[in-house]
Amino acid sequence: MLQIQNVQKSFGQFMVISDVSFSVEKNEVVALLGPNGAGKTTMVNLISGHLRPDAGKILLDDRDITTAPAHVRIALGIARNFQITQLFEELSVLDNVRNCIFSTEGRSGRFFKPANAYDGEKTEAMNILETFNLAQFALEPAAGLSEGDKKILDTAMAFALKAKFLLLDEPTSGVATSDKFKVMDTIISAIQKQGTATLIIEHDMDIVAEYTDRVMVLAEGRILADGASSEVMENKEVKETLFGVSD
Amino acid sequence: MKRYIVNSRAACYAAILIVLLVLPQFITPYHVTLMETGLSLAIMALGVNLLLRYTGVLSFGHGAYFAAGAYAVGLLYMYLPDHFTFENAILAALLVSAAISALFGLVCVRHTRVFFSILTLALCMLLFAVLEKAYHYTGGSDGIRIPIPLFFGHEFEGMRRFQFLCGPYYYIVVGIFAAASLVMLAIVNSPFGKILQATRDNELRAEMIGIRVKRYRLYAFIISGIFSGLSGGVWSFVNGHITPEICNWVFSGEVVYMVLLGGFMIFEGPIVGAVAFTYLRLYAVATTQYWMLIIGATLIFLVLALPGGITGGIQSLFNRLKPKRA
Repeated sequence: MLQIQNVQKSFGQFMVISDVSFSVEKNEVVALLGPNGAGKTTMVNLISGHLRPDAGKILLDDRDITTAPAHVRIALGIARNFQITQLFEELSVLDNVRNCIFSTEGRSGRFFKPANAYDGEKTEAMNILETFNLAQFALEPAAGLSEGDKKILDTAMAFALKAKFLLLDEPTSGVATSDKFKVMDTIISAIQKQGTATLIIEHDMDIVAEYTDRVMVLAEGRILADGASSEVMENKEVKETLFGVSD
Repeated sequence: MKRYIVNSRAACYAAILIVLLVLPQFITPYHVTLMETGLSLAIMALGVNLLLRYTGVLSFGHGAYFAAGAYAVGLLYMYLPDHFTFENAILAALLVSAAISALFGLVCVRHTRVFFSILTLALCMLLFAVLEKAYHYTGGSDGIRIPIPLFFGHEFEGMRRFQFLCGPYYYIVVGIFAAASLVMLAIVNSPFGKILQATRDNELRAEMIGIRVKRYRLYAFIISGIFSGLSGGVWSFVNGHITPEICNWVFSGEVVYMVLLGGFMIFEGPIVGAVAFTYLRLYAVATTQYWMLIIGATLIFLVLALPGGITGGIQSLFNRLKPKRA
């Protein structure tokens, strides 16, 4: 479904992604691991269209989207959340999600009829809030949510875009430990229903082990290992890079 | 509960409209013309607030689109006097202001914050220079006289200018003002309005849910320009004479002042601000030759003590008086 071919990206003199190739298939949940500064978020920015690669290709369903602007990629089915939450703070929680639905349905330019009068979109947005346990805050401004709930809303917004390929950048950081598995359960079960392919950046190894089929380790701008999680975790180089231990 | 709120709002609007319609029976003719000025400026203030409140950018150059509307009326009279009817004049005002705001908007919406404001101001002054210097085409600083127009084939024959303004024209202004306000209310509550607010809150996220942010900002800019043009067109008949002064940055600044005076956080704020400003300026001018001092002092008071403007102040007063729910 998604193919990354020999992608490179540098910021000035600093090479962040030196030569990365991988692919993610339909229904697959892949974890992208790596130490801080390995280039994980840059990878997400390259795939979502926030940044352009210096070299290499990005394909979605065999279509070259390397230079496609963000709105085209979203229309084709790539959605992302943000590691540092990015919400429409002054708008209500409902509007945050509903705007995503208006956008995917091509209704974001509609004048005159009040947003509230679009019953289908409202029900859909409320269902998503229900799924993510945010329905009781629907009419509150997003700015008033707790940090954990903001993070969950951020993910719910990415989810509302009904993507074929979902990029989740640390979806559970900032969420209370007791809620982490609940949030992931919600996301994963929703993803599986839609057959979405997913790339998750995550630091919590318990979550990686529990929810992902495949693990990739990114270090110094290269893919260090790629395979089933049990296999990759036994790799000596990976252990050194991720945990700082050699055995 | 929600339906109740919607209905009470509609009832409030209906009441205000009725008050506006019977007002001429109770105030002097001179005050009727002042109301016309206030209401036509209110249309522009609503347009400016579409950018300030709902799109998050502050224009210091909306005099340009107001002037585009007013000069469309004036130039129509100068060059096509046979077609000089009220409906043609307003149509010309809408079209010309849309064209100019689309052109200027293309430049301005590429930026936000202070860069946006400076660009709007610079382009406004550019148009000011053209209007002032192109004497042979625009009448230069002498401006253009605007006579009483035909209204859908109806001639206000034998009616003197003052009678026209105090009589039929007042109701035309109220009608246009009411229609424009309702259109703007619909726009800010529509999906388009919500998306605009999203681009205001977080440009990056808006892009990442598939919104072409600059394009939406341009749409908002053009709508705001058209409202200003409509305002300029309607106002030109009230004033009876237009000069390049309405394209000066001072006038553009006054409109921002109106919005702040009324309160930009509340939809109706700019309307209250435009009417209040019209009266405030009148009384300041009548009281002292240092009237700018009064306007300036009021602005300082507003920013320091009443950042929500008149409507914001009233709202917080209500919130304080309302019994608190547990």
